[in-house]
Amino acid sequence: MSEEKKLLEIKNLNIHYITHEGTVKAVNDMSLELKKGETLGLVGETGAGKTTTALGVMQLIQTPPGKILSGEIIYDGEDLLKKSQTELRKIRGNKISMIFQDPMTSLNPVLTVGEQIAEVIKLHQNVDNSQATEKSEKMLETVGIPKSRSKDYPHQFSGGMKQRVVIAIALACNPKLLIADEPTTALDVTIQAQVMNLMNKLKDEFNTSMIMITHDLGIVAEVCDKVAIMYAGHVVEYTNTKNLFTNPKHPYTIGLFNSIPNIKDDEARLKPIKGLMPDPTNLPLGCPFHPRCPKAMSICSQQEPCRTEIYKDHFVNCFLYENVDNKS
Amino acid sequence: MTDQLNVNMSNEDIKKKSTKKRSQYLEVWRRLKQNKSAMVGLLIIIILILSAILAPFIAPYGIDDQDLLNTLQTPSKDHWMGTDNFGRDIFSRIVYGSIISLQVGFISVGIAMIVGGSLGAIAGYYGGKLDNLIMRMMDILLAIPSILLAISIVAALGHGLKNVMIAVGISSIPSYARIVRASVLTLKDQEFVEAARAVGTNNTRIILKHIIPNSMAPIIVQATLGVAGAILSAAGLSFIGLGIQLPTPEWGAMLSSGRQFIRDYPHMTAFPGLAIMITIFGLNLLGDGLRDALDPRLKN
Amino acid sequence: MHKYIFRRLLMLIPVIIGVTFIIFTMMYFTPGDPAKIMLGESAPHTEVAKLREELGLNDPFFVQFGRYVKNAVIHQDIGRSYATKRPVLEMIITRFPSTLKLAALGVLVAVLIGIPTGIISATKQYSLFDNIAMVIALLGVSMPNFWQGLMGILIFSVYLGWLPSSGFNTPAHWILPALTIGTSTAAIITRMTRSSMLEVIRQDYIRTARSKGQVESKVIIRHALKNALIPIITVVGLQFGYLLGGAVLTESIFAVPGVGRLMVDSIKARDFPVVQGGVLFIAITFSFVNLIVDILYAFVDPRIRSQYK
Repeated sequence: MSEEKKLLEIKNLNIHYITHEGTVKAVNDMSLELKKGETLGLVGETGAGKTTTALGVMQLIQTPPGKILSGEIIYDGEDLLKKSQTELRKIRGNKISMIFQDPMTSLNPVLTVGEQIAEVIKLHQNVDNSQATEKSEKMLETVGIPKSRSKDYPHQFSGGMKQRVVIAIALACNPKLLIADEPTTALDVTIQAQVMNLMNKLKDEFNTSMIMITHDLGIVAEVCDKVAIMYAGHVVEYTNTKNLFTNPKHPYTIGLFNSIPNIKDDEARLKPIKGLMPDPTNLPLGCPFHPRCPKAMSICSQQEPCRTEIYKDHFVNCFLYENVDNKS
Repeated sequence: MTDQLNVNMSNEDIKKKSTKKRSQYLEVWRRLKQNKSAMVGLLIIIILILSAILAPFIAPYGIDDQDLLNTLQTPSKDHWMGTDNFGRDIFSRIVYGSIISLQVGFISVGIAMIVGGSLGAIAGYYGGKLDNLIMRMMDILLAIPSILLAISIVAALGHGLKNVMIAVGISSIPSYARIVRASVLTLKDQEFVEAARAVGTNNTRIILKHIIPNSMAPIIVQATLGVAGAILSAAGLSFIGLGIQLPTPEWGAMLSSGRQFIRDYPHMTAFPGLAIMITIFGLNLLGDGLRDALDPRLKN
Repeated sequence: MHKYIFRRLLMLIPVIIGVTFIIFTMMYFTPGDPAKIMLGESAPHTEVAKLREELGLNDPFFVQFGRYVKNAVIHQDIGRSYATKRPVLEMIITRFPSTLKLAALGVLVAVLIGIPTGIISATKQYSLFDNIAMVIALLGVSMPNFWQGLMGILIFSVYLGWLPSSGFNTPAHWILPALTIGTSTAAIITRMTRSSMLEVIRQDYIRTARSKGQVESKVIIRHALKNALIPIITVVGLQFGYLLGGAVLTESIFAVPGVGRLMVDSIKARDFPVVQGGVLFIAITFSFVNLIVDILYAFVDPRIRSQYK
């Protein structure tokens, strides 16, 4: 992928949670990049390390128990891991914003939604109170809520409306990067589509790059330019959306596609991936997927596969392809 | 998905499930053991109980051994905590006092737990008018600060150990009633209770066999902290002369009798007070630890 | 809101009647003949019998109770002291300012110490500060108030000679009693603030506030504390209500001429009307404080506010 206009680059990131029960290796040797205006999908099951990655970029990992062991997170040419808290605060909510998974709990119940939007505006823009209020009302209207409701409290809104408020907060300062952590999972199906459309529209309007965290491949097909599939803290496949859907390579990715019901197929049964995610405090040796992998070989339980570029812009971490590459 | 779960469940897990009840308590004990301050608390309580049981062997002097030649002695080798105005050995009296404190603590909490717990269980289980009646009665009791309620009851019943225990017990009935009622309310609609009802188990049995055992956690915590509260209240009552009377070696009463000598012989007030404080401290440590161990979600 | 307050005031009526009944019954069955208490043990039988008739003590229980309630409601008369012959209400009201002052000072000390300590402990959980503060707080909860007061007298009056040991006339007199009440209350408030803050700090909206780029101190004060306030207000209110009912022990140690001390003295002197009236007065005050606490919730939490409508 080309060097120009890179907005975010994650290099060899390792994040662990160190607890009494053991060390959770949440993110392992992760490398990703995102160009301006692009949308990257981060796909995986619950516990795959998607949210940890997002919190890592925001530098909001709870320490302890969380710890960023090594790696670089380069935003706009500068490593966020080397920045002071004061510098980071100027970035958070201003240049990088995050939408959290559960809108029911991510708004402060004792502040009006207007106050909560105005807060981020006041923090990052040189405006007085009345201007901030005015701007926050405008933001509300942008996300489709009448400004008369800015003096209402979160409990007076439905889930979908709350998520709109969260989106308004996230976009209030026109950030360059928006991280959306499963923004529609907690919502009703009909509302999901509305919120998704709104996000898509605003992303284009504000010219924002986005990292979309999801476990829903449908959302990926709809909004993402490229995708990283995560499994047990590892990126196992990383390519553009078209490649992924037409030509998935990693056995885990193939398994994911097989477990989606397909109305055109006559087959009555789904083919779920057998087994469960490994215990994150006790990852298996070698490739973390090998205990569940239908194509596992003996080497898979001994060594970790490296990232292999099988075509241009299509990376897979799997010995199936590494071997082909190395031996031929 | 469930099939997969079962496949993945090891033998050990299955065994765990079948002996769930017992292992639940083992699990609580395991968590409690890891909590150092709770263990300190438990140690203090064990020492207290031992000193109550073995009082005649531990105490170097008798409860009422007066030595009028050696009154108001400051602490020395012969009298570790000195003597009082009748020449009685304060250390011995504190050791004997532990019997009184434990009695007051456990019996008054027992009274409150049995009466309050039953009222709460009945109110929660049957609901409706009965619930309303019982809980309004509790509201009335709660409207009077508990120490004042205890004082009034003692005034009506008269002094003495038995009456103090009754007074302190009655004044803490409402808190048990509330706790038990709350847990009964959450439990009574759960499936295992409905199942018991479906097979024709009678209400008393359902309450005793199914509901009470499952609402033990908050009751145990409240009881541990309640013993501490009861000992404090009883000592307070005795201190103002409305509780257990001298010469009974009750810590509060001893403290009170030392009061007039505080300028010159502070040891007479200091040691009984320390005894009360350490006891309460131990119970509180244990109570906090139990709360964390019984409900890890609440652990801060 | 007004409707809610009105409804709560209505609900107070049965509680107050209940309290009156309980305390009246208790005093009725307390051993000791009031007429004898008033006239002295050596008074001749005829005198005692005459006084009993005058006071209506020969009437059936419910007649006496009815009369008591009627007088209380219509004439605001809750009896006269056997000892001083003065109206009970007047005696209590004369004593109340001292109790109020002591309670307010004690709670003020407690809030000033307890809330900041609790907040720091929660934000620096398991730190040295937190550990020390928690041990001290637990000791504070475990220390008998009366003993702590006596030790205060011993140190500050007897040894150092800085503060007077009894009375309540000048601000110097207030310090020891206020500290005695304040420290144990502070311990309770510290523990409650800490656990409430810990609960709130883990909430998603705190993460949202941080993700906005808000400075940590404002995250704690503006976002966390306001949400953590309800259990804290409850504890402060409850303690204040309790203290208004008379910090019985503290008042008697420091000879504070307050309601609590009046109660103890009256019980000892078998001055039943004062005890009866006092308990009634205290229960009413306590209920009002609880009502105020419930109303305060509405100011802190908009969810509760909308329920009250």
